Amino acid sequence: MAAKYIVGIDLGTTNSALAHCNASATGEESPIKIRSIPQLVNPNEVAELTLLPSFLYIPGEFDFPKGSLALPWEPEPKFVIGELARKRGAESPNRLIASAKSWLSYAGVDRTAPILPWQASEEVPKVSPVEVSSRFLQYLRTVWDSGEAVGKRELALAEQDVLLTVPASFDEEARELTRRAAEQAGYPHVTLLEEPLAAFYAWLESQGDTWRRRIKVGDLVLVCDVGGGTTDLSLIVVSEENGDLSLKRVAVGDHILLGGDNMDLALARVLQQRLEALGNRIDTWQLHGLWHECRIEKEKLFESRKMQKRPITLLGKGTKLIGGTIKTELLREDLDQVLVEGFFPHVTSGELPARQRRVGFQELGLPYAADPAITKHLARFLSEQVRNSPEAAEIRRGPSGLACPTHILFNGGVMKAAVLRDRVVEVLNSWLRKEGFDALGAEHILEAPDLEHAVARGAAYYGKARRGRGVRIRSGASRTYYIGIESAMPAVPGMEAPLKALCVVPFGMEEGTEATIPGREFGLVVGEPAEFRFLSSSVRKQDQVGSLLEDWRTDIEELSPLEVTLKPDGQRGAIVPVRLETRVTELGTLEVWCVSRDGTQRWKLELNIREKTAR
Amino acid sequence: MNGFWERLAFAFRSFFSILFHADIPLDIAHKLVKPAGAAPQAVTVAATSSSRLKEVERPPSEAVERAVQMLALLQRDGRLVDFLAENISTYPDAQIGAAVRTIHDNCRDVLDRYVKLEPILNSEEDQPVTVPAGFEVAAIKLIGNVAGELPVRGVLRHKGWRVKEVNLPPFPQGAGRMVVAPAEVELL
Repeated sequence: MAAKYIVGIDLGTTNSALAHCNASATGEESPIKIRSIPQLVNPNEVAELTLLPSFLYIPGEFDFPKGSLALPWEPEPKFVIGELARKRGAESPNRLIASAKSWLSYAGVDRTAPILPWQASEEVPKVSPVEVSSRFLQYLRTVWDSGEAVGKRELALAEQDVLLTVPASFDEEARELTRRAAEQAGYPHVTLLEEPLAAFYAWLESQGDTWRRRIKVGDLVLVCDVGGGTTDLSLIVVSEENGDLSLKRVAVGDHILLGGDNMDLALARVLQQRLEALGNRIDTWQLHGLWHECRIEKEKLFESRKMQKRPITLLGKGTKLIGGTIKTELLREDLDQVLVEGFFPHVTSGELPARQRRVGFQELGLPYAADPAITKHLARFLSEQVRNSPEAAEIRRGPSGLACPTHILFNGGVMKAAVLRDRVVEVLNSWLRKEGFDALGAEHILEAPDLEHAVARGAAYYGKARRGRGVRIRSGASRTYYIGIESAMPAVPGMEAPLKALCVVPFGMEEGTEATIPGREFGLVVGEPAEFRFLSSSVRKQDQVGSLLEDWRTDIEELSPLEVTLKPDGQRGAIVPVRLETRVTELGTLEVWCVSRDGTQRWKLELNIREKTAR
Repeated sequence: MNGFWERLAFAFRSFFSILFHADIPLDIAHKLVKPAGAAPQAVTVAATSSSRLKEVERPPSEAVERAVQMLALLQRDGRLVDFLAENISTYPDAQIGAAVRTIHDNCRDVLDRYVKLEPILNSEEDQPVTVPAGFEVAAIKLIGNVAGELPVRGVLRHKGWRVKEVNLPPFPQGAGRMVVAPAEVELL
């Protein structure tokens, strides 16, 4: 079905955005536009904003006056989404769901079970992380369908070419859950695209045809994306194919739960201590006020190098406005010590972040990064995670093995601050010099236009690129995936049988390709469910299809199992020998199939995503 | 009204007067017919004075509610009513000043968003300005040596303010229309 529009959706942890362009026109005639999204900003007040805060509030009987949540398309919505949800959630956190996206990647809970708001009291109805994401997507679809698409089936969002971004660090489970959320929201097919790539596409779009003059064969671009809640790192190598420059994403970092919100909270805590030392009592409500003020005043201090401090005023609670006013100041030294030194310290390329503590999941909720130093996470990314990459020859490295980027692209709200960008470049340059390379100059910093909407724009651009109207970055599978094979050893009571890992999807397996796992057959019993243990590695990058590993304890982690049940057409109980085949589709989906020996019958394995106990 | 006999007399006189003269006797008219202009006049006066912001045809109660809504917006986003209601006589200037900056910023945002204001005479204050003939007296006030023929030249002392546009959001159907700020109760 010919879609009329290409739509890029950035489903962010803190904010979501939507961009679109015409599907049929040529490059110049179809500019990418950001759509403004009507949403409740106050009870009874709908406004159009270009960002939709990714917050969901579950109103109880007493939260809002009756009828004050009416939307143009829905007189009495069950949930509040967007700016009003964020505002009300600050006053009444019990019913607020924030950072739902980060829950999608957290295997320590059952992500399809109604668990959010996390640890809220009993009378609050709960929803699952998948459902929350689904509701955001549904909201966007309703907004779109109530615009010019009203009454015209072919203009509905479900009929368009939709590209949805996910963090590069999302493993196959998290991606599958994102796809399910989209399906539940009424999108029949979505293509998933990694966010750092989307940011790079946004840069390509902004450059028009001149991008070829900025980068050349052999260049290595580091994409450093620090948003409100997460940090995502990727590497893109520039090579050549058929005489033209070609781009390939070669490395992906872990999902690091560390971002702008941590930084603002750290500043707020410093101010809280300062005020308490003067004898004031700062409660949670006032801490929130400090947090909010810090976010705003810190940006002003970052923007103007001349200012040395900004006043922070907390108005008194109740009607004692002036009487209860508390004043303090945010100093430039605070920004330097807490933000620059705390989150972006000078480190050597060998310094690794502190290990993640393994404490009971129930108390902590999301596994926030133990080490707030983003530069250490960057060091680990460039040293450990790039090691063993199949494109080893193409990646520029120093003598210690550290990947040495030639360019850097920043993305995410945190990177709006020039001071922080400069510090990251400074630290990176110290490593480059140590490895014997030249430091990066201003021309090596790729300017990211419109940081808040870049990912959505980039997703729409990728949609154009796929149709041959732009440059494409080849990416492929972001991890190596394995099937777990139990070794044939006698069962020992109390001990798990050792598991070998059979590689079925190599890192970087390209979209639109297939692989058959050679030399192995499995016997499936017709009518009974068969389960395959499924594993992945973000570190091992050179395993080929069919290689069998025996000792893999730390490098590989287990995901949810793959399952299939052969339908019994009269042969219940018979054993069918099958081979395994894997595919990476054009939509970026990973598929694992069982194929009968004569090749005539195929069954698709499905990921049975469940909660995992602490590993 | 007087007793039975007066009523009887009035009734007969009116009957015959209308029958033969198509009119009622003046003394009866003055005594019995209520002046038509008085009550509606009071209503329109109230309406025009409180509906600078609205058309005159709307009922006055809605105009009152819009006034309350304006206060409610300034309170919700700027805490203006809290500020005005507080007794600030005992506080030092520095404390008041710090708080006022925040209130000022926020209330300004409220005006920008919901009520677009424009100056009436858009030129620089303390500079000469001409007041044309036929000017709107409610919009331009003449002070000082008020004499001479229009147009007159004078010095602009205050630009004046006029509302250009009002974009108030709809308010709820139910109760709560006289609420400027809800009471807040924190559950611990």
